[in-house]
Amino acid sequence: MEALIHDFFNIEVFIRVFPLVLNGLGMTLLVCAAVVPLGLGGGLIIAFGMQSRRRILRIPIMLQVDFFRAVPPLVLLIFIYSGLPFIGIRLSPYAAVCVAFLLNTSAYYGEVYRAGLESVAAGQAEAARSTGLTKLQTTLFVVLPQAVRNVLPDLISNTIEVVKLTALASVVGLPEMLYSSDMGRAMTQNASPIVLAAAIYLLMLWPVVRLVSRLEHRLGH
Amino acid sequence: MSSWSLLVETYFRADLIARFAPEIAKAMLVTVHLAALVVVSGIVAGLALAVVRSFQVRAINYLIVIAVDALRAFPPLVLILLFYFGLPGLGVVMSAFQVLWLALGLVLAAFAEEIFWAGILSVRKGQWEAARSTSLSFGQTLAHIVLPQAVRLTVAPLTNRTIGVTKNTALGGVIGVPEILSVASTGQSITGNSTPLMLGALAYVLLFIPLVVASRWLETRFAWRRV
Repeated sequence: MEALIHDFFNIEVFIRVFPLVLNGLGMTLLVCAAVVPLGLGGGLIIAFGMQSRRRILRIPIMLQVDFFRAVPPLVLLIFIYSGLPFIGIRLSPYAAVCVAFLLNTSAYYGEVYRAGLESVAAGQAEAARSTGLTKLQTTLFVVLPQAVRNVLPDLISNTIEVVKLTALASVVGLPEMLYSSDMGRAMTQNASPIVLAAAIYLLMLWPVVRLVSRLEHRLGH
Repeated sequence: MSSWSLLVETYFRADLIARFAPEIAKAMLVTVHLAALVVVSGIVAGLALAVVRSFQVRAINYLIVIAVDALRAFPPLVLILLFYFGLPGLGVVMSAFQVLWLALGLVLAAFAEEIFWAGILSVRKGQWEAARSTSLSFGQTLAHIVLPQAVRLTVAPLTNRTIGVTKNTALGGVIGVPEILSVASTGQSITGNSTPLMLGALAYVLLFIPLVVASRWLETRFAWRRV
């Protein structure tokens, strides 16, 4: 028990590394602030692309989505960060993280949106068009709002995954929360800094996890 | 050098392909071995937890919900580092391979529990009542009536989630498990050439594309059944 408290819940260590971990949290949020909106936007474009009647548009996009669902995000990140410089494309850790996670996550968001768009009955769009709305208006004001509402739990759940994904940025040396807490661990020779980071992730994400779980169970009926 | 030959020289150098293909193949075995262990233990544990939860013992259910929620909120890499660096201090010594198995197995178990539980909830109450009224016990009803229907609904989401969690075996390199990514990126640093990393990425595509395609197929098939 004493070992447990000393190694995992060491108050002294918590106090010592708190500013460091908090700095890391700032970077984690900064990555999320870029990747989540970009992913949401990119995913929407992908979803509309997959719905296209033109094969020349649809098939490459589907291949792209399957490819990024098959490749682990860390592989993508390491490839972009350390593989691309060989042909002269050198990105900062922050930019590499944003690009890698954008590619990965927009594929997932795209799949979610697609399911949402497919869940809206065709009659909705037909009715909207027959009242004189343009195609764009129909999509924006009639189809999309219903589609998003239908897949809201999945959109939120994917956003949780994005926040968790940012922890991988530590591998390429971006000083986000896991990176700084692992630095703290090395500094103090104690696992408490990582417990602190885990606690902050939990604090941030638990309410959202609960929300998704409730939404899912409600919609299941 | 033309840009085409630069590309080939950087990512597809024949001699390096020949040199690293066997190593990557060996690493693929490690990844597959690990993935199989994670999938089997994670799904079995998740199903067991969902079954326990259906007995509706309040204290136990709170524990399950808290554990599952927490495991869904932690980034897997945080768990891996926590176990890897923390457990030895408590006298629990595990190899990096075992740590990875434990961490990913727990994460998959948590997601699987949620999915199975949602499946169990989606079976109509009348099914329970009808089965119980024919004098089946609670356990028999669950095993023979409810679970078969519940599991059917869970196939598509469970496949997606399983692919997601299994891809995280790539995190093993961080604690020194010789899986694909680890071997590939070591190869890149040794040779100063990206060919090994490209081989690693291709290995993942080879392993996971069939699963991704299968998940697409399952999704349409089971979506059709539900209507």
